[in-house]
Amino acid sequence: MADEKATPLLDELEKGPYPSFVREIKLAAKNNKMAAGVLHQLEKSYRDKIGYWKHGGIVGVMGYGGGVIGRYSALPDDFPEVAHFHTLRVNQPAGWFYTADVLRKICDMWDKHGSGLTNMHGSTGDMVLLGTRTEELESVFGELTKMGFDLGGSGSDVRTPSCCVGPARCEWACFDTLKTCYEITQHYQDELHRPAFPYKYKFKFAGCANDCVAAIARSDMSFIGTWKDDIQQDDEEIKNYAKAGLDIQSDVVENCPGKCMTWDPDNMKLTIDNSYCLKCMHCINVLPKALRPGKQRGVTILLGAKAPIVEGALLSSVLIPFYDIDNEGLDDLFELVEDGIWDVWTENGKNRERVGEFIQRVGMGNFLESIGLEPDPHMISHPRDNPYIFFDQEDEEEEA
Amino acid sequence: MAASIEDVANAMFEIVKDGAGSKKYKPSDLTKMMVEKLETDKKTCKAAIKELVNSGRLVYTYFGGSFLEIPHKEGAAPD
Repeated sequence: MADEKATPLLDELEKGPYPSFVREIKLAAKNNKMAAGVLHQLEKSYRDKIGYWKHGGIVGVMGYGGGVIGRYSALPDDFPEVAHFHTLRVNQPAGWFYTADVLRKICDMWDKHGSGLTNMHGSTGDMVLLGTRTEELESVFGELTKMGFDLGGSGSDVRTPSCCVGPARCEWACFDTLKTCYEITQHYQDELHRPAFPYKYKFKFAGCANDCVAAIARSDMSFIGTWKDDIQQDDEEIKNYAKAGLDIQSDVVENCPGKCMTWDPDNMKLTIDNSYCLKCMHCINVLPKALRPGKQRGVTILLGAKAPIVEGALLSSVLIPFYDIDNEGLDDLFELVEDGIWDVWTENGKNRERVGEFIQRVGMGNFLESIGLEPDPHMISHPRDNPYIFFDQEDEEEEA
Repeated sequence: MAASIEDVANAMFEIVKDGAGSKKYKPSDLTKMMVEKLETDKKTCKAAIKELVNSGRLVYTYFGGSFLEIPHKEGAAPD
């Protein structure tokens, strides 16, 4: 008789040189029946080529509409340990900074109330606690709250905002991503926990155009750090790079998308025409000791990205070309978001239509008009593109 | 006289209860209906929804979108 505990197919996934989720689940399964149940149900899924999870849609904690993703086993008699296997999304600290002590407490709590399995972190940024029973949800929530944590978003709500490490660890940060992320999270607690939109709405904050949180591709509203003045340049350090063997012509100048640089190898002089700079960060990344972002820093705010789920992927478009967020604060933005974007989208968006898809359907010009935002030639889809705003001849004549 | 939060909450609850099993309502659907029917504002509707959910009379559900429903046993849950 075959060994019911054997997992020959999953075992294959332990054989490579890479980290293995099977190895980790097996470790957890030594002390946790739910983790063992997952392993055995998954082995059956691999054998039968069928997923055995059922979608739950009601489970949650009292008063909240998000943060818990309900899952049940389709084979509860065969795998009673995972008859319920709900996931909790926990709002991560801005920039994912934890103390070792709090991580131990969370893991101990999760061993007690759940499967012990976690995903650090989910693609939106939350800490993900995988697998617990319905009757454990309130206890888990209570213990998380005691530790100072709260649930994140799920469903048609504001999803847990996330940001890069920003000025806490990165010298390229052009604004305080952590502070902005924290303030927006606090301001939109109601929208985060009580789904009221046509579909999800994600905020992401990246300190510079390197965009370590992929804001431009994955968030409905992206805040990406930039600068207005000239790149700060240290000519002596540039010479040091050249003397050390870096091919500045090929590795820096020829890779500049704005073609705004020239290199004089005889005098070891790099000249930048900053009026053509696209603020892409490439030259700064290659010459970090010699070049730095300018001093007049702020954010570009973009709208409408999404990863491919219901429809295909979209990248963001520029909504506000430059905003001095550290000095001007968030009040004007809150007004634009709440009374403009959300109002129009909630009123007219279809079920499960992201704001980017909605804009595509109605047209950016119409959308901007309906949210009351003045068109600006800097509103572009890609650097050096024509603006997507069409100015009426009548308006131009009036301006003249 | 403007409708109170309680009035709006009760009216919303009746709509959801009457539609149970045949039609599901999103928070924005209910808000639009209340604004039209009771001439109330969105802020009051938001407070009414919060009251309904916090009191347990309605729950948020997620099946191809987020809705407000009367609490009921999860179809997918094992007996």
